[in-house]
Amino acid sequence: MRGYLARKTAIYGLTFVVAVTLNWLIPRLMPGDPVQRMVARAAVQHPETIAAMTAYYERTFGLDLPLWQQYLNYWAALFRGDLGTSVWLFPAPVSQVVLDAVPYTLGIMIPAILLSFVIGNSVGAMAARSRWLDNVALPVGYLITAMPYMWLAILLAWGLGVALGWFPVAGGYDFGMVPQWSWAFAGDLLQHWVLPFLSLFLVSLGGWAIGMRNLIIYELESDYANYLSALGAPKRLVRQYAFRNAMLPQITGLALQLGTILGGALVTEIVFAYPGLGKLVLSAIQNQDFFLLQGTLLFVVIGVLLANFVIDIVYVLVDPRTRTGLTGATA
Amino acid sequence: MTLSVTDLRVHYRTLRGPVKALDGVSFEVADGEIMGIAGESGCGKTTLGKALIRLDTRMEHVGGTIALDGEKLPIADDGAMRRHRYREVSLIPQYAMSAMNPTRKIGRMIRDLLAAHNVRYTEVLPELERRLELVGLDTDVLKRYPIELSGGMKQRVVLVLSTLLNPSLLIGDEVTSALDVSSQKAVARALVEFRDHGFVRSMIVITHDISVLFQVADTILVMYAGHLAEKAPARTIIDEPLHPYTKMLIGALPKVGDRYEEQRLEGIEGRPPSLLDPPAGCRFRDRCPLAHDRCAEAPPFREVAEGHQVACWAVS
Repeated sequence: MRGYLARKTAIYGLTFVVAVTLNWLIPRLMPGDPVQRMVARAAVQHPETIAAMTAYYERTFGLDLPLWQQYLNYWAALFRGDLGTSVWLFPAPVSQVVLDAVPYTLGIMIPAILLSFVIGNSVGAMAARSRWLDNVALPVGYLITAMPYMWLAILLAWGLGVALGWFPVAGGYDFGMVPQWSWAFAGDLLQHWVLPFLSLFLVSLGGWAIGMRNLIIYELESDYANYLSALGAPKRLVRQYAFRNAMLPQITGLALQLGTILGGALVTEIVFAYPGLGKLVLSAIQNQDFFLLQGTLLFVVIGVLLANFVIDIVYVLVDPRTRTGLTGATA
Repeated sequence: MTLSVTDLRVHYRTLRGPVKALDGVSFEVADGEIMGIAGESGCGKTTLGKALIRLDTRMEHVGGTIALDGEKLPIADDGAMRRHRYREVSLIPQYAMSAMNPTRKIGRMIRDLLAAHNVRYTEVLPELERRLELVGLDTDVLKRYPIELSGGMKQRVVLVLSTLLNPSLLIGDEVTSALDVSSQKAVARALVEFRDHGFVRSMIVITHDISVLFQVADTILVMYAGHLAEKAPARTIIDEPLHPYTKMLIGALPKVGDRYEEQRLEGIEGRPPSLLDPPAGCRFRDRCPLAHDRCAEAPPFREVAEGHQVACWAVS
């Protein structure tokens, strides 16, 4: 187990270094120059002023140094928790901007992923043994899964937001309110949370349910299930075993799903104008804000790596086959 | 007597109509008897084994009765049958290699199964450990997962597990087929030993391998296309078979000392009839060298000598 942990940690550490490097490199390969953009925003004509401003900004962002030094500085700053200064929201520090957006993204993604996982798997497991539920849940599941996410989100916004007027269709909170610790604001946050959450929840629900149903049916026909039944084990015990074993591939699926946290959130946050990480990425790209883009993606990378690391460990705990398989069979 | 089967008929539901896998089968298994069932693929031997313990969803009990220790088994009623399984009738399946849940430790799985039968694991544990040692296994296997065991070890664990509650009847379906010859011998010996120790009262061993039956079985029942052909003590079946099918089946076995460079090993010409729409009369007729007009009528399965039953008009 210890050898396995050490190896996993090394692999994730290496992945982290590569991810951070790419993260630093990619904005620099993108077309456009953020400094010129900032200078242009100031709308000055005088060449000397422009030169002075350019020099000032380049020094501030550390862009006057050679590339290798910029790279090392980036790592050094990273360990101090300094992600640089935003170009777009100058002079706000990137870490502050990102940290403000993180709760919104996690607030919709984590409940949506976990609830859809739990409920979808339960519905799927029940559908595997109830013909009636199977006939209802399965087509509905296929329908929502096959629906393009964007369309589902817009449909929800139109139906529940515009037509019925139950929920607001845009923003993290009412544009007329100031964030504060009050019941009124919390209620408003919750109202704005419902639609983005619901769209993400619905879209992954069907997939889990269908997957679980098929896995359970497969497990119930497996040899160990037949043997147990032949030895007079009650259906409850057989199903319990089948459910536990069917969960294993689903847990892998969950890990993959956690990896798509950003992609899912990006579209959602754009459709519902929700102030999370996804929207931040879009704004950073549109405004050629290297540092904000780097900072945001870094958070995403750390999140995905952590999630996968946790799942790897959980998997080893629940499936004995990986335990011997991965440590090189010491039994 | 332990087991008595009367005119048992079990069909498989298919889209093209019922496949008559067991079409009127009657026999008895005595106390302490190990009966082997032999026959080629598709003759209904596995169906017979399943019918005695658990019909699968495609199988349909059409007629006939099964009585164990004088009590009729409700084989068509899955719920009512549950009470009889494991305690009275038990099974060593064809797939012993994958018969155990891969994600549960073996001891834990046995505990779960016993709990479902209202038996306390701790009470049975000493006996369980004794029997594991009897078949040459370390009691440590209870703390292992099935993947940590070799094929032969799994086979022996399943043997111990299936017989833990001392069933009246044990059905072993192709118990030795997946094993190499040395493991085959160990398992065959363990089966006989378990009967001798009284862990199992009687046994039905199903296999396509007659040489294994010769080591294990007291009597051998030969089946052909959903009918019984012959039942006799194992020695008699090997040395003096009466039914032409049995003769050809035994003739198709290689013998120690014979050289097959000079003579060809005989097979049986032709194929068994389709059980979707089997012909009337003796089902072996088309392949039988002794077939005559009388064979258009199904021969009765009658006793020709003490403990020797045959279904053939040519045997008197």
